[in-house]
Amino acid sequence: MAQSEPLLLMEGITKTFPGVLALQGASLRVGRGEVHALVGQNGAGKSTMIKILTGAYRRDAGSIIFDGQAVDFQSPQQAQSQGVSTIYQEVNLVPFRSVSENIFMGREPRRFGLIDWRRMNAEASTILERFGIRVDVTQPLLQLNVAVQQMVAIARAVSFRSKLVIMDEPTSSLDEREVATLFDVIRQLKQEGVSVIFVSHRLDELYAVCDRVTIMRDGQTVDDKPMAGITKLELVARMLGKELGEVRRLGTTGFVTATHQAKQELLTAHGLQSGHKLHGVDLDVRAGEIVGLAGLLGSGRTEVARAIFGADPIDAGEIQMDGAEVVFKSPADAINAGIGFCSEDRKTEGIIPYMSVRENLTLALLPVLARNGIVARDKQQAIVEQFIKRLGIKTAGPDQKIRELSGGNQQKVLLARWLCLNPRLLILDEPTRGIDVGAKGEIQSLINELAEGGLGVLMISSELEELTEGCDRVVVLRDGQAVAELAHADLSEDAIMTAMAHGAESTTDQQVGRHGEA
Amino acid sequence: MATIPSSTAGSATPAAPEARIGSMLQRQGALIALVVLTCIGALRYNGFISTYNIVELLRYNAMFGLIALGMTFVIMTGGIDLSVGAVAALASVIAALLSPYGATVAVGAAVGTGLLIGLFNGWVITRFNIAPFITTLAMLLGARGAALLLAKNAAVSVDTAGGYVEIGLNGVLGIPFPVIMLLVAYVLGSIVLNYTRFGRHVLAIGGNEDAARLMGLPVDRIKLGVYALSGGLAALAGAILAALTYTGIPTEGLGWELTAIAAVVVGGTLLTGGIGSVGTTFVGVLLLGLIINMLSFENLSAYWQSVIRGVFLLLVVVLQNQLSGKRKAAA
Repeated sequence: MAQSEPLLLMEGITKTFPGVLALQGASLRVGRGEVHALVGQNGAGKSTMIKILTGAYRRDAGSIIFDGQAVDFQSPQQAQSQGVSTIYQEVNLVPFRSVSENIFMGREPRRFGLIDWRRMNAEASTILERFGIRVDVTQPLLQLNVAVQQMVAIARAVSFRSKLVIMDEPTSSLDEREVATLFDVIRQLKQEGVSVIFVSHRLDELYAVCDRVTIMRDGQTVDDKPMAGITKLELVARMLGKELGEVRRLGTTGFVTATHQAKQELLTAHGLQSGHKLHGVDLDVRAGEIVGLAGLLGSGRTEVARAIFGADPIDAGEIQMDGAEVVFKSPADAINAGIGFCSEDRKTEGIIPYMSVRENLTLALLPVLARNGIVARDKQQAIVEQFIKRLGIKTAGPDQKIRELSGGNQQKVLLARWLCLNPRLLILDEPTRGIDVGAKGEIQSLINELAEGGLGVLMISSELEELTEGCDRVVVLRDGQAVAELAHADLSEDAIMTAMAHGAESTTDQQVGRHGEA
Repeated sequence: MATIPSSTAGSATPAAPEARIGSMLQRQGALIALVVLTCIGALRYNGFISTYNIVELLRYNAMFGLIALGMTFVIMTGGIDLSVGAVAALASVIAALLSPYGATVAVGAAVGTGLLIGLFNGWVITRFNIAPFITTLAMLLGARGAALLLAKNAAVSVDTAGGYVEIGLNGVLGIPFPVIMLLVAYVLGSIVLNYTRFGRHVLAIGGNEDAARLMGLPVDRIKLGVYALSGGLAALAGAILAALTYTGIPTEGLGWELTAIAAVVVGGTLLTGGIGSVGTTFVGVLLLGLIINMLSFENLSAYWQSVIRGVFLLLVVVLQNQLSGKRKAAA
């Protein structure tokens, strides 16, 4: 019994992408039959680490020892043949094909050179029954619910006689009962001596099923502890890189900490539910107020914004504007009601790179600018110049292609795109992500100014300083529920972290988390 | 021990009745249309259900059928092969030029050329990651030009002494060789699709190429295979063309690729790949052939055939889209 010898030992892993140091001497140690949690913020390097392990990426430096041997997998296929299987966040199977085909694809049992369907179906049934799943294995995979599809992916991985199964956010599309089934399977794998690397942002799940946890931040491994030896709050603090009880520094953001005069009610959302991402979110934004939306990745922040904006259907709950119930069937309805939404992903959902600043800025305004289908060029020009000046957009001129602008200035153009519609509520999803420090401050003070002018702002952010200093109130989400609302004296980085980790605790009022104290 | 409550497993099999009818319509719609049209034809026209008419229908459509078979495999991977008509024309010229050396040499050289062209298509598509549409469009132009060059821009007569024309004239038990080739090709094609790894992997690639790669399937090799198959079958069709018409015609085969694609799609194979069957393509070929056959009985202008085929194709694609949307929603 080589009890002390780990199954997997990755040490000194370094990986550079053009211009970015993704991993810097990171390490990961997984014992035999251990369920190991791998956590970290977005961009901490978790997925790069996993991709290096499975051979999807090449490492620049470092060593990997798997099952007592130094390995250097060239491809996920090779890793799989050596006993490392990966189950991806998106189910990576072929939906049109049958369950049994998906399990045996690439190594179908054959007789006289032809596929032996009877044997293949029988063996697939046997494998699935081991996990307590009884389905007709001849039906196409797409007729099964996502949880069972996930199980099929796991069954496939296990049937390769894997020693290590990597699960990258396997629960992100599962409901509670499906998660419980998955956990049973994980425990069974553990009993059979299979190790599991479990990536998830849901803390309760980590505590429910994992033995140890590795915490990553900024491309480095910052902690490796038994799950029982670290509290949720410590875990969150380590992930975010904050000292517990650290006094928040003033002036790190462009926000003025002064509270805005909260005026009349603008938007109220009550008991929002949508798919399996939102399970009851209450929040309200008043005119002239900045409300922050905090939460770990996957807690449902963007989903709240999309639900309010009419981009995702709402299953339950209601939205009121100015006290009257509204139903937005599409973003166009929301825009007509005076809501703007700057999405997180500028590149894919925001800018049109080869169009000019002028065209990008006035894209949403075109219906107003056009007379008989022809754009009133002089009006357009006037508006564009006005916003370039007002927001301080650094550009060679309105006709410069937007792709040539810096990230901060692109973001300003996108802000201007919404502002020129004169919205009453602006939803900003990570407005300063990927923007350099100087421009960040400018955008933050701009948001501040807009709120003072009477605009209601709902701001999603992962940066605690931005939330504590910029917002009048912060609503904290956890597992698709609003678990806390913090304001005034209660609003601190510690309080936000506590709410992210535990749900409602030391909060002013509002809902109590579904899980409460797990 | 993990035991899923049966309700979870129950919720895993909710194929709604409408979805089942829908998927049946999608899969068997062409067959239903074929049966209906055949019944109408049998009632309406004398000699419609005669051996002569049936054999002629099959002989005339053998070329399209072979091309459509190759196209089925290509489309099931999510690709397309626009070069088949030009390849058939080139093959007919090569077969005619080589007909003095006997049928084996002529057919062998023609089909060999088609295979090589297909392999080249596949190589460009996989090696340089060029869209199949563009790659095979370029090959369409190239092969057409090569056919015209080889034939010196004129029809090439087949040497009637070499025995080559026997392919078109003779057969077994009254069934002409082209029809036998067609039927054998479809039986083999069906076995390959349903009982070999190659066939299943073709469907897997069309269904989710990324997943297929992650599952370790030899995606590039399989793509090479389907384009080679398509090229080879198109060339075989060209060889049959030369045998039936006694000439290698470099200008023939215009728009055949579109007829073949229409037959495949009418049959119920998803144009985006991942779902398809060899048998339904056969039905699609017969259906489109039958429409022309009936128009000739009606003494309607042949130009109507194009219009009606167009309407049919559009109808099927719209229907397919609607039904597959419903199936996904039901899943």
